[in-house]
Amino acid sequence: MSQAATERLTAPPATTARKSGRRHLSDRQILMLFILPTVTLLILMNLFPLIYSLYLSFTDFSVISSTAPVWVGLDNYVQLVNDPDIWHNFATTGRFALLSVGLETVIGFGLALLLRNKFRGSGIVTTLILIPMMLSPIVVATFWKLIFNPSYGIFNYLIGFTNPNTAPEWLGEGNLAMWAIVIVDAWMWSPFVMLLCLAGLSAIPDYLYEAASIDRASAWFQFRRITLPQVMPLLLIAILFRTIEAFKQFDLVMGLTGGGPGNATETVSVQLYQLAFQGQFNTGLSSALAYIVLVVIIAISNLLIRALNRAREG
Amino acid sequence: MASVPQSYQSPGAPAKPVNVSIRVDKVGARPRTINAIRAVIAVIIACIMLIPVVWMAMTAFKSRPEAVAAPPVVFFTPSLEGFASLLTNRRQATPAELEAERQRTDLSWADELALRRGQIVIGESDFVRQLINSIIITGVSTFLSVTLAVLSAYAFSRFPMPGKDDLMFFILSQRMLPAVVVTIPIFLMYRSLGLQDTHIGMILLYTAFNLSFAVWLLKGFIDEIPREYEEAALVDGYTRLQAFRKIVLPQAATGIAATTVFAAIFSWNEYAFALMLTSNVARTAPPSIPLVLGVGGIEWAAIAAGSLAFLIPAVLLTFALRKHLLRGVTFGAIRKG
Repeated sequence: MSQAATERLTAPPATTARKSGRRHLSDRQILMLFILPTVTLLILMNLFPLIYSLYLSFTDFSVISSTAPVWVGLDNYVQLVNDPDIWHNFATTGRFALLSVGLETVIGFGLALLLRNKFRGSGIVTTLILIPMMLSPIVVATFWKLIFNPSYGIFNYLIGFTNPNTAPEWLGEGNLAMWAIVIVDAWMWSPFVMLLCLAGLSAIPDYLYEAASIDRASAWFQFRRITLPQVMPLLLIAILFRTIEAFKQFDLVMGLTGGGPGNATETVSVQLYQLAFQGQFNTGLSSALAYIVLVVIIAISNLLIRALNRAREG
Repeated sequence: MASVPQSYQSPGAPAKPVNVSIRVDKVGARPRTINAIRAVIAVIIACIMLIPVVWMAMTAFKSRPEAVAAPPVVFFTPSLEGFASLLTNRRQATPAELEAERQRTDLSWADELALRRGQIVIGESDFVRQLINSIIITGVSTFLSVTLAVLSAYAFSRFPMPGKDDLMFFILSQRMLPAVVVTIPIFLMYRSLGLQDTHIGMILLYTAFNLSFAVWLLKGFIDEIPREYEEAALVDGYTRLQAFRKIVLPQAATGIAATTVFAAIFSWNEYAFALMLTSNVARTAPPSIPLVLGVGGIEWAAIAAGSLAFLIPAVLLTFALRKHLLRGVTFGAIRKG
């Protein structure tokens, strides 16, 4: 921290003497010039549309009809809350989030423990494991669809079902389809959890373990009392990130099952898409649903951003 | 590294300079065996995780019957049939047409592959255009978002301003919104502005979408450049803008490069917006990959070939970016690793 101290001591005041007479922008003008384009674009592309859709959520309106929006007050929200299908969608999303984030946490943390000590080629192995994370989710979903195919996919062969007639049909049965999506999500995103856990593990000072082993603490004790608490902050951030993403999950579900079979894997995002852009194009109702989703996401994001800010300071 | 000459060593000191401290709990054979076992398990898991990717790459070079063979074919003669089906439109040819085709000597590789299946090429497929759309939209939106983000990240990093944390929070929160939620009003807005299914519309959207993340990532990088450099330049008579251009930008080059690549990957992979806001003119490749249909049924080889086009850049960039991945995926919040 001595560096920070010297920085404070030697740093001259922000407005230093400049050659007079030369035309230049003041710091304040530069600040405005630099920030305004970003803020303007975000307001135009994000904030304004959100306000607009808040209005639409109180109306009866369809983009494909030529009639103007009709104000209906809270009707859309009342209809949604009383619709068991919507509750089913939220339950499906929650179940998906719980299963996938749980699996990712276990696998990711496990991988990080395996890779924490360097060995020859460990850098390459780590990078190879990280590849799925960088792929396009819809492309991933598409080629996993081939892998899950009951008659010519390799997934069943690899797990031991060599007879296509008795092999499980992963995408055709409700419960299995959910697990199929969870497996693909875990395949893609466990590396993300691993990456954050590795960062946490590498920051644990060696002397903690040395002291513990001098005291003849068991490996389990060391893990529970040193490793786990030290990695916890980063693991939490990883879990929050994944939870938000899981609640937004759209690409994988669309690519793998499209919400089917029936509505067994229909997450809220998929339902929202169908409500807004298919069939009736029920814009008013879908805007209301969008707002409900938004409130849920903002609640989780708030937790995440607080955790991130703490990580930046720490 | 400074090496200590042997003659200067005091008696009893180790013969070689000690560069690595040895942890007491790591001495002995047992921890080393455990480490070796760990390494082996890690390598096995890495191999298992790569199976889907390798399988996809293999499928891209299979012929049509091989791609859907049961049991799955592992050994096969590579063919470019998948790529040919992906890039061209074909139709079944009459015997007379086939005969005429066979007489010609100026056939391209795609023509010949089609001919072998009794088809003739009638033009390039939509996928070619969609791939070009993807490149244009990704390129322009990445350039715009990184440019705007460098400016505002600098401002956020260097100038005090009221409500800075709130503004940063607002910017990041834009990234958290599910695409479907934002799309409904944007769809309406674009329709009334005539931006629906246009390149400009998609570029604007992707720029805004990447901007929030790019600002956070770049602010982290710029925060790390010592202020003294600019302040020295200011004392020397540089204006703020000159200092920014000649001192900060070169120093932030690595950060800017990493941010550019991340923004490009996000736009390149984006699916939901493209699915809902484009139909024909500005459609990018991701929404169309699951829909690649050949003459009569799903052409898995063609789909795999298209996926490969998306996979290769991502794999290369993962390797190029491996030192910055952690920062990139956490919006610059976590730097060590």
